[in-house]
Amino acid sequence: MSSKSLHVLFDDDDILLDAVKQIVKSKIHINEIYTPFPVHGLDKAMKLKPTNMSIATFIYGCIGFTVAIMMMNYIMIVDWPQNIGGKPSFTLIENIPSFVPIIFEMTVFFAAHLMVITFYLKSKLWPFKKAENPHPSTTDDKFLIDMETGTNVSKTKTMLKKLGAISIDVINNDEDEK
Amino acid sequence: MSSHYEAPIRKPLVLGDKSYHDITEDIARPIETPPNKDWWIAFGISMAAFMWGVGCIIYTIGTGIGTWGLNKTVGWAWDITNFVWWVGIGHAGTLISAVLLLFRQKWRMGINRSAEAMTIFSVIQAGLFPVIHMGRPWLIYWFFPIPNQFGSLWVNFNSPLLWDVFAISTYLTVSLVFWWTGLLPDFAMIRDRAVKPFQKKIYSLISFGWSGRAKDWQRFEEVSLVLAGLATPLVLSVHTIVSFDFATSVIPGWHTTIFPPYFVAGAIFSGFAMVQTLLIIMRKVSRLESYITVQHIEMMNIVIMITGSIVGCAYITELFIAWYSGVEYEQYAFLNRATGPYWWAYFLMMSCNVVSPQVMWFKKIRTSIIWSFVISIVVNVGMWFERFVIIVTSLHRDYLPSSWTMFSPTFIDIGIFIGTIGFFFVLFLLYARSFPVVAQSEVKTILKSSGENYKKLRDK
Repeated sequence: MSSKSLHVLFDDDDILLDAVKQIVKSKIHINEIYTPFPVHGLDKAMKLKPTNMSIATFIYGCIGFTVAIMMMNYIMIVDWPQNIGGKPSFTLIENIPSFVPIIFEMTVFFAAHLMVITFYLKSKLWPFKKAENPHPSTTDDKFLIDMETGTNVSKTKTMLKKLGAISIDVINNDEDEK
Repeated sequence: MSSHYEAPIRKPLVLGDKSYHDITEDIARPIETPPNKDWWIAFGISMAAFMWGVGCIIYTIGTGIGTWGLNKTVGWAWDITNFVWWVGIGHAGTLISAVLLLFRQKWRMGINRSAEAMTIFSVIQAGLFPVIHMGRPWLIYWFFPIPNQFGSLWVNFNSPLLWDVFAISTYLTVSLVFWWTGLLPDFAMIRDRAVKPFQKKIYSLISFGWSGRAKDWQRFEEVSLVLAGLATPLVLSVHTIVSFDFATSVIPGWHTTIFPPYFVAGAIFSGFAMVQTLLIIMRKVSRLESYITVQHIEMMNIVIMITGSIVGCAYITELFIAWYSGVEYEQYAFLNRATGPYWWAYFLMMSCNVVSPQVMWFKKIRTSIIWSFVISIVVNVGMWFERFVIIVTSLHRDYLPSSWTMFSPTFIDIGIFIGTIGFFFVLFLLYARSFPVVAQSEVKTILKSSGENYKKLRDK
């Protein structure tokens, strides 16, 4: 890997999107893009894999569903069956109508919370985590591409200027590591 | 530009000549400028009300719930009325952010943040009542199915009151993470422009190090969508389960199958009314008229009108079914509700909830800010009386005429209620000064399609 990279700043999402398509076409690797809001189509343009978050959430929901049924079966049917208002308490299947609300709530509870926890861990979001956006204005109105320099730095620079970049900084990564 | 096309018939949702940076400035302004005198006055009044409530709560816990106006016949009154009222108000936030997200309604973006904040703050108020009314709130852990030292003494999963515990706690926590996840990019925006070191530290802490990488945004959008999908049935289930507290009982006037849909419609109705009340003031005070436009107010008024009509249908259906059932106790419960000693409460409920929102059929009225404000207050009063009517009038004349009685609240009852209103406004006022009150990262995504200047540019 080259020790240098470019920080290219844009001030419009449409210009950024076109630029990303061009950069990908010219086979220069994009390390990361920082944007102040979700730019639709950006993940496809930079060929990001689709996220599996919803599949994970479905599994979490199934876990919640199972836990709820097992918990209520143990408590109300196995451990200490009681006659409450004449509701059938000898088998799970007979008593299940009055367990439906809590089965539903626990399914949602598990799915929602475990999904958000997964998101926070995978995207490295937690209290006291230091922000990693290289330029503070990328949470305001600017868009930043962190990319490789390509074989010829000045040629890449001219291309980026043409694509509408408002500033290009060459970053020396070796110095950062020291 | 073509990818940002929106039909010209749709009115702009962001008014004025705004750029992305202008949105940042407008949303950060209330946080970065010191509050004015009016804010301090409002905060002072709310704080005083809150403190009065705290005093009354301490007195209740110290002395017992005999300090309330409850009697042998009316064993449930203001506490549960307030509980249901606050939970109901808490329904608009998730409805706006989740249901309207699934329906791709762009107008939700100006108001969702504050509506969600209001949801969380009002569910906190609601949660106080069951805790206080236990009498011994330090035994609250008895609510949870935890192994204990009393042998196999478990909670009762057949009980709607326990369903409530699960529903309310799921709703509160899921709403909270939904809200907080949406806040991360906006907190990051304030963090990155903060000049005061203390402010920078706080916003770095609560923005969880949000950096806005492309992958983060991809996950963020998916998580928002799936959370909306989960929160939609959740929000419908919560008030359904609250209505089960009554509907699964055998009390005439409570034991009705229409309760779940009727309670959910009523909850959305009162929730939107409260959002309307708060946002009409906030858009003025925080100068957010470009983001919370008259069109937003009109849309909310339409929701208020429709849900008000659903609630009206439910009231009339209840009366019809009571007559049609042929059960004389049921018939008497409803006759007594409408014409008995609590007729005035029933009349207030009917006129505030069914009649008043009907004026919204007139475009002039539903686009008038003053009218919207007045009606939103009227609806909130009406919805409080709806719960009072359902609860107290069904109890005060039971099967035994010798125990018929009336309910009158003590100053403790009133004090706790006023206290929760104060607490709610304390939280909301603090929120309005320290949180980005409009989801600015979301508004930026619709600026090019729904911004006034961009729309004009396209029309040319």
